[in-house]
Amino acid sequence: MSLWEYANPQKFMQTSQAVLPAIWGLTALSMVVGLVWGFFLTPEAENFGSTVKIIYLHVPAAMMAINAWVMMLVASLIWLIRRHHVSALAARAAAPVGLTMTLIALATGAIWGQPMWGTYWAWDPRLTSFLILFLFYLGYIALWEAIENPDAAADLTSVLCIVGSVFAVLSRYAVNFWNQGLHQGATLSLDKQENIANVFWLPLLVCLGAFILLFVALVLERTRTEIRVRRIKALIARERMA
Amino acid sequence: MIALFLRDLALAIRAGGGFGLGLAFFLIVVVLVPFGVGPERGILAAIAPGILWVGALLACLLSLDRIFALDFEDGSLDLLATAPIPLEGVVAMKAAAHWVTTGLPLTLAAPVLGLLLHLEPAAYGWLVLSLALGTPALSMIGTFGAALTVGLRRGGLLLSLLVLPLYVPTLIFGAEAVARGAAGQANATPLLMLAGITLATLALLPFAAAAAIRINLR
Repeated sequence: MSLWEYANPQKFMQTSQAVLPAIWGLTALSMVVGLVWGFFLTPEAENFGSTVKIIYLHVPAAMMAINAWVMMLVASLIWLIRRHHVSALAARAAAPVGLTMTLIALATGAIWGQPMWGTYWAWDPRLTSFLILFLFYLGYIALWEAIENPDAAADLTSVLCIVGSVFAVLSRYAVNFWNQGLHQGATLSLDKQENIANVFWLPLLVCLGAFILLFVALVLERTRTEIRVRRIKALIARERMA
Repeated sequence: MIALFLRDLALAIRAGGGFGLGLAFFLIVVVLVPFGVGPERGILAAIAPGILWVGALLACLLSLDRIFALDFEDGSLDLLATAPIPLEGVVAMKAAAHWVTTGLPLTLAAPVLGLLLHLEPAAYGWLVLSLALGTPALSMIGTFGAALTVGLRRGGLLLSLLVLPLYVPTLIFGAEAVARGAAGQANATPLLMLAGITLATLALLPFAAAAAIRINLR
């Protein structure tokens, strides 16, 4: 029993079918618990008023926007090194989810920014690097769509993902150098001192878990769709040959 | 490899289009800006470093799809790929030829266009220096983007979408170096970062671009 057994599409389909209902159930449960707890059962924060509640969407979405790209990078590397098709399809499936997470983070940030900073948008390093990340996702998805040969598309997008990762990190630091920030520092870190108070922190953790589960569920579901699309294409091709 | 470099240069200059077009585009961008933002001296001087860098970057982008497209169509890219020189070297030479035909003329023309935008006198040297340091990175990143999209029939628009986000760090440090130079501040840090980006892209991206070409020729 090893991880690589799931490189077999058949095995992947069976296992994912078995675990998906559980993952969806956990996602729904943790999402409801986290959001209800966060929205209705926490006090209003000092200096923030009720606007602090949007944090339960903003921070998890922002975290998953970055983690989705990291997952795509790992999947791309696995595809380039071990040529497992499921891996390439998982990277493809994760991109639109990551794009949406980036968009949610940008939108909730803008809605939060209006009452707090008096503006929807500022050229703050964090905001700017998220906009750049958004463009990277767009380019990656567009390249997948543009190439017809599925193997060449998987190879080229993997190369783009690796190069893009380097440039995304580089942009992050370049942007830091370019402008000073309005955005507050890290809300969650391993250093306890920096953390927000426990009343906000615990529901936020639940929301983070919910978003991770949501991401896993969506990516599994989308990967299954991609595998089915491949199978249908293969069937059509076989039909034509006969 | 030198023969390949000279061949690409000769093709770019004699085939028309690419060579002068980038410069003309740069000129037009710079001329259009005052129509958009108004002719006030102060505003133009303040935005001149950024406009000159963005203009150079867009002019660079124009000729990128020509790097491999013609060779791909007539089959000479297959010959180059099977030639006894490494494909990484071919890619580097292509990027070098692209730089000599676009980046270098843009660098040399930039001070004249800076005059149109009332660039601060102190900034002219920094403008030329930063463009000379930064445009090789633009050519190399663009060559990588062209290698990714070489097999596509209408890759031009996709190429811009792929390449422009990769240009962000170069643009930031380039424009920042000129802006700080214009304001009389120390600008060694952005210049060093710019040189670092150029050297790193020249060292690493030929491998990525050659890998992309091998995939596209498969």
